[in-house]
Amino acid sequence: MILTLLTFLPLAALLLMAFLPRQAAPAHRWIALIITLLQVIGAALFLVPAWLAARAAGADAFALQEQLPWILLDLGAWGTLRLDYFLAADGLSLALTLLTLLLMPIAVLSSWKVSHRPQAYFMLLMLLDTSLVGVFLAMDFFLFFIFYELLLLPMFFLIGLWGGEKREYAALKFFLYTLAGSVFMLLVMAGLLFSYAAPNSAGEAPELTLNILTLSQFNISEPQFAIEGSVFAPGSILLGMDARLLGFVVLFLAFAIKLPAIPLHTWLPDAHVEAPTAISVILAGIVLKVGGYGMARLCYGIFPDAAAQLHFWIAGAGLVSILYGSLVAMGQKDLKRLVAYSSVAHMGYVMLGLGSLTAAGISGAYFQMIAHGLVSALLFLLVGVLYDRVHDREISHFRGLWDLMPRYSVVVMLAFFASLGLPGLCMFVPELLVYTGVLQSDLPLWLPALAVLGILLGAAYYLRTYRQMFFGVFDEGHTSTWRGLLTDLRPREYLMILPLVALIVVLGLLPGLVLDFLGGDATALADHVKTAITIP
Amino acid sequence: MVSLESLIVLLPLLGAVIIGLGGLANAAFRKQEGLIGWLASAMVLIPFGIVLTRFFGYQNMPLSFSLFSWMQAGGLDISFSYKLDDLSLPMMLVVTGVGALIHIYSIGYMHKDPGFYKFFAYLNLFIFAMSNLIMADNLVVMFLGWEGVGLCSYLLIGFWYTDMIKAEAAQKAFIVNRIGDFAMLVAMFLIYQMFGTLDFSLINAEAANPVAEAAGNRYFWITLLVFVAATGKSAQIPLFTWLPDAMAGPTPVSALIHAATMVTAGIYLIVRLNPLFLASPEVLMVIVVIAALTSVMAALTAIAQNDIKKVLAYSTVSQLGFMFMALGAGAFTTAIFHVITHAFFKACLFLGSGSVIHAMEHAHAAEDPQDIRTMGNLGKDMKSTSLTFWISTLAIAGIPGLAGFFSKDEILSSLFFNGFENQVYFAVWAVGLFTAILTAFYMTRLAWLTFNGKARYKTGAHIHESAPLMTIPLWILAVLAVLGGYIGLPYLIGHGEFHLFNHWLGDLVVNRDLHHALEEHAVFEYLLLALAFIVSIGTVLFARNLYSKHDLAADDKVKGFFGKFYGVMAGKFFWDELYDTILVRPFAWIGSKLLRPFESDGVDGIVTGAGSAVAGIGEVFRRLQSGLVSNYMVLISGGVLLVLTYLIFG
Repeated sequence: MILTLLTFLPLAALLLMAFLPRQAAPAHRWIALIITLLQVIGAALFLVPAWLAARAAGADAFALQEQLPWILLDLGAWGTLRLDYFLAADGLSLALTLLTLLLMPIAVLSSWKVSHRPQAYFMLLMLLDTSLVGVFLAMDFFLFFIFYELLLLPMFFLIGLWGGEKREYAALKFFLYTLAGSVFMLLVMAGLLFSYAAPNSAGEAPELTLNILTLSQFNISEPQFAIEGSVFAPGSILLGMDARLLGFVVLFLAFAIKLPAIPLHTWLPDAHVEAPTAISVILAGIVLKVGGYGMARLCYGIFPDAAAQLHFWIAGAGLVSILYGSLVAMGQKDLKRLVAYSSVAHMGYVMLGLGSLTAAGISGAYFQMIAHGLVSALLFLLVGVLYDRVHDREISHFRGLWDLMPRYSVVVMLAFFASLGLPGLCMFVPELLVYTGVLQSDLPLWLPALAVLGILLGAAYYLRTYRQMFFGVFDEGHTSTWRGLLTDLRPREYLMILPLVALIVVLGLLPGLVLDFLGGDATALADHVKTAITIP
Repeated sequence: MVSLESLIVLLPLLGAVIIGLGGLANAAFRKQEGLIGWLASAMVLIPFGIVLTRFFGYQNMPLSFSLFSWMQAGGLDISFSYKLDDLSLPMMLVVTGVGALIHIYSIGYMHKDPGFYKFFAYLNLFIFAMSNLIMADNLVVMFLGWEGVGLCSYLLIGFWYTDMIKAEAAQKAFIVNRIGDFAMLVAMFLIYQMFGTLDFSLINAEAANPVAEAAGNRYFWITLLVFVAATGKSAQIPLFTWLPDAMAGPTPVSALIHAATMVTAGIYLIVRLNPLFLASPEVLMVIVVIAALTSVMAALTAIAQNDIKKVLAYSTVSQLGFMFMALGAGAFTTAIFHVITHAFFKACLFLGSGSVIHAMEHAHAAEDPQDIRTMGNLGKDMKSTSLTFWISTLAIAGIPGLAGFFSKDEILSSLFFNGFENQVYFAVWAVGLFTAILTAFYMTRLAWLTFNGKARYKTGAHIHESAPLMTIPLWILAVLAVLGGYIGLPYLIGHGEFHLFNHWLGDLVVNRDLHHALEEHAVFEYLLLALAFIVSIGTVLFARNLYSKHDLAADDKVKGFFGKFYGVMAGKFFWDELYDTILVRPFAWIGSKLLRPFESDGVDGIVTGAGSAVAGIGEVFRRLQSGLVSNYMVLISGGVLLVLTYLIFG
């Protein structure tokens, strides 16, 4: 019950808000804050202990399963189709869910001053909350797809209605890109629909299924639930290609758009620049992780054989993202755009780690998602602090901020150094794990060696930006009205920023707090791929 | 469990956190200079005390301790574990000892600076990072320290951040060092691939294994990359350009970080991995040649500089070159020996220069308080500073009996005796000797123009000696600059029997064996020693006479002597201009002129085209504005809830 409750709690809030008068503006945000905090408390008091207890009791890797039959369709000659309402959490799902729950109240706080149609805004935010938590917990492909689609809707409106000047363009771009990904996913899902059958609990005739856990019990020598002769059965050919390879690639593309991977990334900088701060925080902190999560859970889970064949290209795509993202970041003039491109570069590590097919590399990829979730959320919050005050983000317009906003400057420095991978802060750990994984694998040494160039480029663009904006003397020239506006952090901002700062430091020194959740799953996935290709 | 040793690491960190956060949070705390300064100093003095007791109680058994496990995943298992052994103990003595002195000195030097608390927080953080670097038992914790000292260096160079030139110097230091870090990480990759571990002791045990040694240049790339990393931190060609600029930081920082401790990290690391290097003679050859070039180039540059700190900075680059020459000769213990003696006299010189700058500033004696051309005869009013500065000058010049003499002579002699095996070393030795002459010359020039001769600063300016808080550390360091060399008496005396330092390090650090050459060509030992006497004393006297006779005008004689080449020396061999042309501009161009348009017109253009094909976007939005959204939301969520209710109760 706890998974379902946590997932749908925000929907209850949404309904409550709908029945409140539109004029009761403060009520909406307070409801949103209370509900998101309730989620955090619920997770801390019930979800995590229950999950740990289930694991300790020797439960399946996917603990706390909540499963109900949902749709039963008789498809005649093809058999019966069974789709379940199925939530469960392994370590990866749990970690990403916790990240979501943590960032949500921060996003609400950051939206505190929304004055344009607050009712609709906070309702959309609640819908977003539900869909994000659902995406990470759904273990039936169909249910996953629904949450995945549901996610698109509030994001689209939140960017399109509350964004900056070119918000409509950015929202549409986001929409089209993601829709293209959804179409890809739908195609693969349709194929999978007729490819796997599992015996139902009553032991009657096998039913067609999209249960991710069932689909993931794949093994080349013993394709357990795959229907012989079906679309994605081992050895079948589609459009003149190995169907499983094709399925993997198409599904991978869907998530590569979300991650995003070069060259499918151009929606991201626009979306970020136009989105309000809170939405940028959610976008970079959580939505991008759906891409990495989908790659691991679905692409690797369902098509491990194809992953093993293509892993060099996955790692290579990661490298391209790291280098290209960093180089483009160097040329940016808008602070938010710079942070957006650094996100692209950092998500490259996720692919590089997944491409290694080793436990170390995959746990690095998983941890990178969490670490980047914290650091990018902080970075976008910090950009928002500045934008709130003077409605400007052009790097060259700022100078000597340290004198005006010393505490803000310290936090920005910490965030920048965390993002450029300073050891002791949380981004260093996953990067090292990814490198280690690649070194343990059969991938060539030049892959990690070139990837390390990213740390050099990162230092270059972050430090240059920092010097430009924070050092020197505040320029009275063309910004004379700014002096009064550029005040140091306020209490509400501390509330949003300090939890992230604390976690960034703590996870840098005690990554075990998260790695202990993720390590087992990473090892399991590495083994999954390995056994999928070994022919006994 | 928390052992006493772990306080060596934890206390400076604790100090940094308390002072940093306290200062940020509370304006009243910021003004408590005495509290802040002495708290920070105590956080270094206590570790110094602990290291001292461990040093004197040392039983030839490394003291290991660890704090907690750092990361554990997929076969990688890294802990915060440390080791106090033959090598790290003396290094830690220097870091905490000299570090504590400089903390105390800074209480006087930074008096009334608005960033007083920040300065001490950074300084404590630096000691923490440096302790990690030195005591680390594995490469990852070492790297934490390696990057940490880089961060502190960045923060402290840019300490007076309102000055854009200083801010740029800080940025340059960090980025240039990151080039070295890049090499460091790739070296770590290779080490991990080859040895399957990142633990120093395991790597060294494997490398010292004779079978491995026979495998020849298996370690070529590892050692070469570690050396490249070292050229970043320890300021050698091609990555030294940040160090002279780093003098933008407050002078105690120059003394601690950019002379005595951090810049020797590269040398330390190579010594730490000495079995690998001993098995890579080609790389040792690369090191010795680069070091000789760096050393002589920096010394030539130093002659033509007029900023007191710039001279000392180039002198540091040059002396670091000496240390690398020792490494290149396989004389690892000698390199560390010079690290230690250099720490004493160079820290003393920098603190002395700080005392001078402080005095010049307070007396408003000149436009630029660092320009030696506007100093002169300061010794009259600054007895302690002048005396200690001169003692250290003589020590670095290699005057017999003082610390620099012993270590530098040992370096030159190890180069020379390597020559019998490989004649390149004779050439390097000659360059080294020439550099030693230059060193004696420019240091005497510096000291003389600052403290002796005619007063050239504004008449009527009242120069005062610094407070005891500053002069006492100077005297302690000066005494060490005199006595520090006696821990390593030349081979000549009892065939190395009285080289206490070599005995100390000998169990852990293996030098290239020169016993044979030393015994066979013993006569050269005497000749080299005689040469060292003549050269050092001769040059100092020559320079003193030249500058006492002509004062500033003697520079013209020097100019005349070097002819056109003097322009190159004064222009610092134009390294910055070179890098600007071949690195900085091209990269900036790629980012802003090539990729940004490519990104927006190329990659994105395709998509934008597709997007604009969809007509009437704006219309859609205008309709949605009209309150449709919330209705829509109610519908969706209501539907979902209905389904849910059905699922649960149905």
